[in-house]
Amino acid sequence: MTAFFRQALVITFKDLRAEIRTKEAVNASFAFALVILVIFSFAFDPSEDTTRDMSGGLLWIVFAFAGTLLLNRSFARELPNDTLDALIAAPISGAALFFGKAVANYFLLLAVELVSLPVFGIFYNVHWTSQFWELMLVLALGTWGLTLIGTFCSALTVNIRLREVMLPMLTYPALVPVLMASMVLTMSLVAGKPIGEETIPWLKILVGFDIVFTAASLTLVEIVLVG
Amino acid sequence: MRNTILYCLGAAVILLLVRDINLIAGFPEEKSQGAIFKIIFFHVPLAITAMLCSMVSLVASVMFLKTKNFRYDALAVAITEVGLAFLLGNLVTGSIWARVIWGVWWVWDVRLTSALVCWLLYAGYLMLRRAIEEPTQRATFAAAFSIFAFIDWPIVYLSIRLFRTQHPGPVFLSSQGSFPHDWTMAIFGPFGVLMAMMMLATVMTFVRLGQEDSKRELDSLRRMAHAM
Repeated sequence: MTAFFRQALVITFKDLRAEIRTKEAVNASFAFALVILVIFSFAFDPSEDTTRDMSGGLLWIVFAFAGTLLLNRSFARELPNDTLDALIAAPISGAALFFGKAVANYFLLLAVELVSLPVFGIFYNVHWTSQFWELMLVLALGTWGLTLIGTFCSALTVNIRLREVMLPMLTYPALVPVLMASMVLTMSLVAGKPIGEETIPWLKILVGFDIVFTAASLTLVEIVLVG
Repeated sequence: MRNTILYCLGAAVILLLVRDINLIAGFPEEKSQGAIFKIIFFHVPLAITAMLCSMVSLVASVMFLKTKNFRYDALAVAITEVGLAFLLGNLVTGSIWARVIWGVWWVWDVRLTSALVCWLLYAGYLMLRRAIEEPTQRATFAAAFSIFAFIDWPIVYLSIRLFRTQHPGPVFLSSQGSFPHDWTMAIFGPFGVLMAMMMLATVMTFVRLGQEDSKRELDSLRRMAHAM
């Protein structure tokens, strides 16, 4: 059991180290998030109250799109120099490899989100700090769901044609529960309402989704990576 | 022999559907919705058949991963395509019903939305298959994704239902409780529309399975030709 986590952590630190040295994926992801935030301002009038009400939902669209950019690179970065073959041939289980990459992606995506949050607050005039720790909880749970599905589909699509097109096509329908729950919770928290009777079921859906898909991904990823 | 059975099954489907359509046309119209209510006789069996197809697809995918027998992969793709067609029929009939009753072609209510997301999931499955050239890899990845999609789909339904109960939407099927017995039999009975739909799904799946068999044969012949 501890061997599994130790192996996964080795992969996590490898990925994080590689990314922190080049910062290419996080920079691209953050720039993309900024661009989407700006473009949304043309679709909806940012000064309207109605826009502020639904801005929590917009935020998760931004995270989903920027996240896909990051998650795509997750396995794709292993293609040059055949490092993916080396990783699969390494004496670790496919599940440990997947978990290590998922955790690394999680921290990178969380970093992009935490930097985007103040920008979002400024652009849309939203007081997102009012329910700060609850918002952080939603961010943590929702991002894990996003990362899980995204990393799994990244492993699935790494070697196929049209990878960049296939990843969003496969990921977004599967992410509907996570995105829905995160959007509803974020919209309510950003409006200043703490998590209460109405929003607790959504939190349960988020937790349930994370647990079910962590188990499912760890089981199925071995088949996807090794064949 | 197999073709004979399929033709007989197909003929049975046509006879059943003709009998059912005549029967349904003879039923009195529903009080508040008029004649369009009768679309339920097709809308519901289409949905049930699509759900059954997705369950068979799950079983076929799991069996393929266990046995590596390509027949299960062929069954998975055939039944998913057929299920997708029936789900599309469900969406279209639902859309027509919505247009007549509520005046709009689409409403984001629970069942239509979750059916659409389910459709997108399985369409993604078919797109994934197209993108992979190598047969074993294609079958393995598709099976893994099919299992993923099946696990996701109840969670999708639950979350959309929660979303829609909190945001009140249009009330429909308010006369559901008072469905007369012979109407229920027209859908669920041994000669009902559901039986006809399931038989139609079976025929279509077997036709598609035949296509998959031919494709595998052609692939292996092509490989032999390249090797020589």
